Amino acid sequence: MNQIFDIFLLEAVLNGVLLGGLLALLALGLNLIFGVIDVVWICYAELMMIGMYCIWWLHVEAGLSLWIAFPAGVLAIAALGAGMHHFVIRPVLTAEPINQLLVTGGVLFFLQAIATVVFGVEFRNIGVRLPSIIVGDLNFSLARVLSFVIAIGAIGATYLFLSRTYLGTAIRAISQDRAIMPLMGVNPSRIYLMTSAMGGGMAGLAACLLVLQYDVHPAIGLSFGPITFMICVLGGLGNLIGGFVAAFVFAQFISVGGFFFQLEWGYVLAFAFFIVMMFWKPEGLLSRRR
Amino acid sequence: MNSRIVFFVVLAALLAAPLTGIGKYPLHLMVMGLLWAFIYTSWSIMGRLGMVSFGHGAFLGVGAYTVVLLWNLWGISPWIGAVVAVAITLVLAFMIGYPCFRFRIVGHYFALVTLALSEVVRLIIVGLRDQTGGSLGITPKSAMTDGATVSISALQFSNKLVWFYIMVGCWLFALYVWRRVDQSMQRLALQAISEDEDAASSVGIDVNRTKLAVTLLSAAMTCVGGVLYAQYQLYINPETVSGIGISLQMVFGVIAGGMFVMLGPTVGAVFLLVLSESLRVLIGNEILGVDITIYGLLLILFIIYMPKGILGAILARFGDAR
Repeated sequence: MNQIFDIFLLEAVLNGVLLGGLLALLALGLNLIFGVIDVVWICYAELMMIGMYCIWWLHVEAGLSLWIAFPAGVLAIAALGAGMHHFVIRPVLTAEPINQLLVTGGVLFFLQAIATVVFGVEFRNIGVRLPSIIVGDLNFSLARVLSFVIAIGAIGATYLFLSRTYLGTAIRAISQDRAIMPLMGVNPSRIYLMTSAMGGGMAGLAACLLVLQYDVHPAIGLSFGPITFMICVLGGLGNLIGGFVAAFVFAQFISVGGFFFQLEWGYVLAFAFFIVMMFWKPEGLLSRRR
Repeated sequence: MNSRIVFFVVLAALLAAPLTGIGKYPLHLMVMGLLWAFIYTSWSIMGRLGMVSFGHGAFLGVGAYTVVLLWNLWGISPWIGAVVAVAITLVLAFMIGYPCFRFRIVGHYFALVTLALSEVVRLIIVGLRDQTGGSLGITPKSAMTDGATVSISALQFSNKLVWFYIMVGCWLFALYVWRRVDQSMQRLALQAISEDEDAASSVGIDVNRTKLAVTLLSAAMTCVGGVLYAQYQLYINPETVSGIGISLQMVFGVIAGGMFVMLGPTVGAVFLLVLSESLRVLIGNEILGVDITIYGLLLILFIIYMPKGILGAILARFGDAR
């Protein structure tokens, strides 16, 4: 009995790691946007939800192959991210921070409602079921392993992009000092737009990975949104590496907590942990000073 | 002086309005408008002083669920339930507020921490589904036996008129509190704090205590709002009384009306209510979500083009420096 229990626990831990990769990808996109533009997109997970609908529609309704639907979904959400910046964030760039937060909250309502109008409240799925991988006594879904690998790959690529390319350097520079960069001849509005598109693209990629594992419905963003920005705050808003670490910590709470109790209690534990951590290390997990 | 006379005339008209025999639906709208005005004003007591909470849904949820659960499970009167609810809320607000203010969690961070709190409360309500009914919501057991229409001990009244006057009383109380905070030394202190905490504490303001006092007050009043909501609607579910949606809606309401004027939250409450009801009536329920689409769109436009809110913009235009 004890033996079986341990194996299920190990499976929960490993599934937590797999979930962590996906959450890390979402957190990276949100963190990148915050680090550069200094606005938290409360509606970030809703972009992902729209992405899942895009892929579902292209594959199931329009009958395109998934190999076309996935890249198209990523591009569409990247465009949506750029549009979001251009039409919603740009006008409030100089407004009160609270108004900036709220306006993205308005987008949350809007995207959720428009998905309801267009697609209805039914659960949709793309009808692709990937097999399970069995390693010894452990059981993993291939979709999860795949999404973990792709998410980690995307995070690595982003890291290389930020550290090796000119544009990446400009992005890092502008997140360090917003006032000086324009004086150095960098056009911040272009960087902002690029970053928003990149952040959107990551939400689109997350949508590709999620659509393999979950059914789509208009409220699915709500089950990932709060988690994503808790992760970003826990890692230190704008701190890309902190967000990466925090994603795995959070995923363990959800997965193992959900294993011992029910899924909601996993989330409750994760949120409670978040609140405690805020008081212990308000600047983020990896901060040195208090 | 002049504005005070206007205020009392309007108040008298408001109090007399239901007696002219308006229908049940308009009366219901007035009750709901006043209830939300009460809750929004409670929120704005702390919001306007730079403590923007996205977590007031937590306090609303604690208020609503505590009274209903105590009543349904053990038959404890909502009057006692309300006291228990406020006590729980004060503990919760203290638990969140004290460390936040102690460790200087402000701005985005404060908003997101409080948002986490409201999600925790919602998830706990859903998680305790054996007692709370989970996402399906819960209905307080009716105390109306043998055709009775009033049960004071159960705080249930089938006559909406009673509720109307209760809500007017609460709303006036909230405005009174708003004004008291506005005119007190604390307000000056808090405004100084919201502009520069270090400077404020250097001139001898006890920053943490002042912020905490306002937070507890605002949370407790919101909790009472939750109690009233549950007792009036006689149906609550986790989405309507806690979680992100309702917490954001409160902030929206206040911003839409105007955060820095006394009647701003009231204007916001009336505006949101009229907007959502008219959208519901105009569009109907044939296509799900159209009303919320327009609602969301309007909120975005509002924040972009009218950041001071309706009343704030009107007052700014006519130069009334109240």
